[in-house]
Amino acid sequence: MAATNIEIWQQGEIIEISQAANDIKKIVIRQSNPAKADPGSHIDLMVNVDGEMVRRSYSVASQSEDLRDLTLGVFLVPNSRGGSIAVHELAVGDQLDITQPLQNFPLRVGAERYVLIAGGIGVTAIMAMAAVLKRIGANYTLMYAARSKEAMAFREELQAIHGDNLQIFLDEDKNFIQIPELIASLDDNTELYICGPIRLMDAVRRIWLESELENTNLRFETFGASGWYDPEEFIVRIPAKNVEVLVGKQHSMLEALEAAGVDMLSDCRKGECGLCEVRVLSLNGRVDHRDVFYSERQKEQNEKISCCVSRIVTSESGLAADASGPAVVEIVTT
Amino acid sequence: MVAQNLGSTTTTKITNYPLNAWYVAAWDYEVTRKPMSRTIADRPLALYRTEDGKPVALADACWHRLAPLSMGKVVGKDGIQCPYHGIVFNAAGRCISMPAQETVNPSATVPSFPAVQRHRYVWVWLGDPTLADPDTIPNMFQMDHPEWTGDGRTIHADCNYQLIVDNLMDLTHEEFVHGSSIGQAELSESDFTTTHDDTSVTVTRWMKGIYPPPFWKKNLHDVFPGYEGKVDRWQIIRFEAPGTICIDVGVAKADTGAPEGDRSQGVNAFVMNTISPESSKTSHYFWSIQRNYRLESQTITTQMREGVHGVFGEDEVMLRAQQRAIDANPDYEFYNINIDAGGMWVRRLLERQLLKEGRLGTKQEEGWTE
Ligand code: FES
Repeated sequence: MAATNIEIWQQGEIIEISQAANDIKKIVIRQSNPAKADPGSHIDLMVNVDGEMVRRSYSVASQSEDLRDLTLGVFLVPNSRGGSIAVHELAVGDQLDITQPLQNFPLRVGAERYVLIAGGIGVTAIMAMAAVLKRIGANYTLMYAARSKEAMAFREELQAIHGDNLQIFLDEDKNFIQIPELIASLDDNTELYICGPIRLMDAVRRIWLESELENTNLRFETFGASGWYDPEEFIVRIPAKNVEVLVGKQHSMLEALEAAGVDMLSDCRKGECGLCEVRVLSLNGRVDHRDVFYSERQKEQNEKISCCVSRIVTSESGLAADASGPAVVEIVTT
Repeated sequence: MVAQNLGSTTTTKITNYPLNAWYVAAWDYEVTRKPMSRTIADRPLALYRTEDGKPVALADACWHRLAPLSMGKVVGKDGIQCPYHGIVFNAAGRCISMPAQETVNPSATVPSFPAVQRHRYVWVWLGDPTLADPDTIPNMFQMDHPEWTGDGRTIHADCNYQLIVDNLMDLTHEEFVHGSSIGQAELSESDFTTTHDDTSVTVTRWMKGIYPPPFWKKNLHDVFPGYEGKVDRWQIIRFEAPGTICIDVGVAKADTGAPEGDRSQGVNAFVMNTISPESSKTSHYFWSIQRNYRLESQTITTQMREGVHGVFGEDEVMLRAQQRAIDANPDYEFYNINIDAGGMWVRRLLERQLLKEGRLGTKQEEGWTE
């Protein structure tokens, strides 16, 4: 159990690219300094977005036996902050800076029962866990949901490995995971690991918290990449410092403030630690809280924001359609 | 890794330790609801029990600022609270409370190592947890079997664990180190056989028609008072990777069939040894002496424990001196002689396991701390 959160950078070479599903590419990267990717780990990589190197995180779906090659699944997010488009444009033979595998979503061995829920591209974070549970003969169920068959990456591979332990749910078949029933059927000897769109994760989280089940047995990955609303441009002002910054869709508020020369504290940069906190003075728009640091109560108050992940969207409803001009937030920094 | 290393077994002076293995971390009675600290294989552990009595082994360093959790206290059914800022982790090593905020950081965890109680010990697995199978814990059934009794102690030995294994795999040293208790010239004079399989090595020595040394004479008198004749003495040393050595020892009246399997005219004990590396140059050496006769006598239990304690005290002195001499003579090698066969097979098995883990190398390559 080495300190897998210590970043070690290395070279990655793209050795294989194929279409894993609609809008999902399977990308195999060869590590220059091979390191083991335990289930639930990810790598960070640097890609060129509009001439600027930006850093993005991708789960390691699987690893070759000799540890050299890492398989990622990358979903093309049309409205994203730009990383996925750039990654989709990579070609075999391209070299890029990548970290050795980092771990923020570890699988604990030893529970009596496991439920793994993968929604869409979230399957990349869950696949390696399922593979280990299969290997050690654990009691597990893998629930995999996606919009359609065509949108489902790695389906055949998973079916071959997991057989009856795999349950598939397709929106197009109107077949959805029955979350309340599922959670009601669990006990404290079960651990549930989930990775998927925020709406799925949030639904599971809410019902879980209402249940008697132990909070820590619900495990989820928080890349902080997905929010309740599509990212929009917005304006941040720091009156005390006479700063005004336009935050582009591809950047976080934190990145934009740093780029403007504001001295900011941060650590995790994914909405977990709360170190990047800013206080809200006034708000014209709505906060899309994407962190897990603040409680629901605190989020409703809208007094503080984890600016590494959370964004501002236009209008109360969060719908850009009924707004004019970008949303504006005035803040105080620490 | 270099495959040819396996052909010729090396005589590494400081042996690295396998991680994909069960090591004893403590006696069962040592691990309680009051957390304790112990370092096994260079990994400091906080050991405690859940409300249901299950042993827990967490890394002894809080996720937040690395304060030792072993200085904290247990809370709730399986939690431990960091003594510094009150952060609570459960038995799985997951943070369940951060007093200064309304939520819990989902990344806040400390490593939790598989821990199992068996044979009066708490065993831990520090390597890949997906390989931790309790069925591979060495068989030490005599430790808590109704037909056996006995007791032991722990030695904190100032030497690499392999030196202790060497010590136990070749008992000819008894003549010289333990002359007043169990040593006798016949140990070196008698022949021995060595066998091995993938995970164990056995060295068998019979000394037939000899006079028993003081320790064994006393034991025999506990069952056969007044017997002054010759005995057949045996030592069957069985190593189980990576650090357990159970030694079947005893004496029986000479020519009563003990070598053929009839031990009814003798006394039999098992010296149960299991060694856990603490660092490259220190070890926790857990031992007990178990017997299958006069189970009712606590006096004999105490006498035997104290007797072995005295004997092992002599070993401890020798092992510490040996480690110092090794450190003081870094440019000198070990050489082998015929009596080292058991120890050499042990080294071969350990090397194979280390190779499998990608950990076979010199201490410099491994980044061992001096
Ligand atoms: S930097 Fe950790 S929450 Fe933003």
